[in-house]
Amino acid sequence: MFRITCPYCGPREPTEFTNGGEAHISRPQHPEQLSDAEWAEFVFMRSNTKGVFAERWCHSGGCRKWFNALRDTATDEILAVYRVGEDRPWTDRA
Amino acid sequence: MLSESGHPPMTAQRYSLLSLLREGIGGHRGWQPAWRNAEPKQAYDAVVIGGGGHGCATAYYLAKEHGLTNVAVLEKGWLGGGNAARNTTIIRSNYLYDASAAIYDHAMQLWRNLGRELNFNIMMSHRGVMNLAHDDGEARQLKRRVEANRLNGVDAEWLDARQVKDFCPPINISDNVRYPVIGATLQRSGGVNRHDAVVWGYARAASGLGVDIVQNCEVLGIDVAGGAVTAVRTTRGTIKTPKVASVTAGHTSVIASMVDLRLPIVSHPLQALVSEPVKPILPCVVMSNAVHAYCSQSDKGELVIGAGIDLHQSYTQRGGFHVIEEEIAALLELFPQFSRMKLMRHWAGTVDICPDASPIISKTPLRGFYINGGWGTGGWKATPGSGHVFADLVANDAPNEIAAPYTLERFTTGKLVAEHGAAAVAH
Ligand SMILES: Cc1cc2nc3c(=O)[nH]c(=O)nc-3n(C[C@H](O)[C@H](O)[C@H](O)COP(=O)(O)OP(=O)(O)OC[C@H]3O[C@@H](n4cnc5c(N)ncnc54)[C@H](O)[C@@H]3O)c2cc1C
Ligand SMILES: [Zn+2]
Repeated sequence: MFRITCPYCGPREPTEFTNGGEAHISRPQHPEQLSDAEWAEFVFMRSNTKGVFAERWCHSGGCRKWFNALRDTATDEILAVYRVGEDRPWTDRA
Repeated sequence: MLSESGHPPMTAQRYSLLSLLREGIGGHRGWQPAWRNAEPKQAYDAVVIGGGGHGCATAYYLAKEHGLTNVAVLEKGWLGGGNAARNTTIIRSNYLYDASAAIYDHAMQLWRNLGRELNFNIMMSHRGVMNLAHDDGEARQLKRRVEANRLNGVDAEWLDARQVKDFCPPINISDNVRYPVIGATLQRSGGVNRHDAVVWGYARAASGLGVDIVQNCEVLGIDVAGGAVTAVRTTRGTIKTPKVASVTAGHTSVIASMVDLRLPIVSHPLQALVSEPVKPILPCVVMSNAVHAYCSQSDKGELVIGAGIDLHQSYTQRGGFHVIEEEIAALLELFPQFSRMKLMRHWAGTVDICPDASPIISKTPLRGFYINGGWGTGGWKATPGSGHVFADLVANDAPNEIAAPYTLERFTTGKLVAEHGAAAVAH
């Protein structure tokens, strides 16, 4: 597995964290206007990237804050962690 | 006779007691390879991506049931090296909903005669599968499932704790544990088989009918013209074909992304382990949802133990140690006598999890592109049924009655086949 660095607390064991799946999926601004296909996209469809992937983690066994990470899902290498509200960091890898 | 592919179909050497004796006397010099390790041709009538259990089964039924023999199975690694090689082979069909019972029991009926049909010993053992209940709520759910199974003609019965102990003597039914066993469902026709043999048996039979089994051939892209598939680009060149059938388990989203198709699948690690071999002790398959353990004993004597998924997305075929630690702790409460056993091997596969815990067997908006995936943690048991109905879909460009509920559109219409709780533990 891999160690995760909480942007608030520093590096910790993976057992302290809960995974929140793909990052940067925002709730629809006007849910009443969504078509069924748009709902399906928001609720169910995921990019499931093999490669650099932005995901959410919660330091549930620590400070209990949510944050984002960039991880290469083909190797599990964590390339960056960043706070909610910050932009996805740039990487030179696909 | 030459098949359309230009090769003489390899008349597969029949395996029998007689052939074994003959070869024994002849010093075993006459055995032939079980299948042709084919070079890819420039064009096929259909290409199956993925040489796991489901891919090889699909190719076999395309050839056998639909006369489509100018077919290739393209496998990026070696045959059956994906989840087929990594699973704990638990087979059962006691799912809650009609749609699930239909496909899993279709598979169960095919398993019964598969070794004979393929002339390959798949070591099918219908030794019975127990799903344990540890509290009243769970017992109610499982009893409901037994009744639903019976209505669908799936064999199922309810055992109380005493009967559980009779059926599986090594199990601990003491009250004095965190999760006492209060009963179980039993599907007597459930069991386990030999994963490699299933893949090899299908590959051999398909190859015998003229299908090309191509290993070390990774699909890198899919060519499209006028809303239809025209070719696949691979590490061994471009191959023209009007039909592409993806059966790539954990990599289903990767293949779909080649044609910009979005899927509701997320790929996770799923781990398993085996112990040192010991004398026969565990007579059946034992599964528990609440403590999340499942276990059987192989014919070699090893305990085959499966874990739950790691909760993050990954393609690494590696999971976290804490997951198997919890798994073993749970198992030891059920079988304290296993505590001194040594674990010999441990590994993980990449499983394709669908939001409703049911597969996608579907046409797509792209003509000639078909998907069979999303089987997640429990697709092994479905292998023959999955291949059978998927071949039908690919050949006829329309799903049959069994495959029909498993369309990709269900995530838009909301007509899900939500087997989560109902399917009990992962498998
Ligand atoms: C640890 C573990 C335990 C399990 N236990 C059970 C169980 O007890 N019971 C049960 O019913 N199910 C179980 N499963 C699930 C089961 O293994 C799968 O659902 C099933 O094997 C998937 O179908 P398959 O055999 O065709 O997949 P795979 O064997 O994974 O086949 C897919 C193939 O596609 C190939 N591929 C991928 N991308 C490409 C490409 N671009 N080009 C060419 N080839 C490609 C892969 O190399 C792979 O060989 C388990 C899975 C795991 C990992
Ligand atoms: Zn923290």
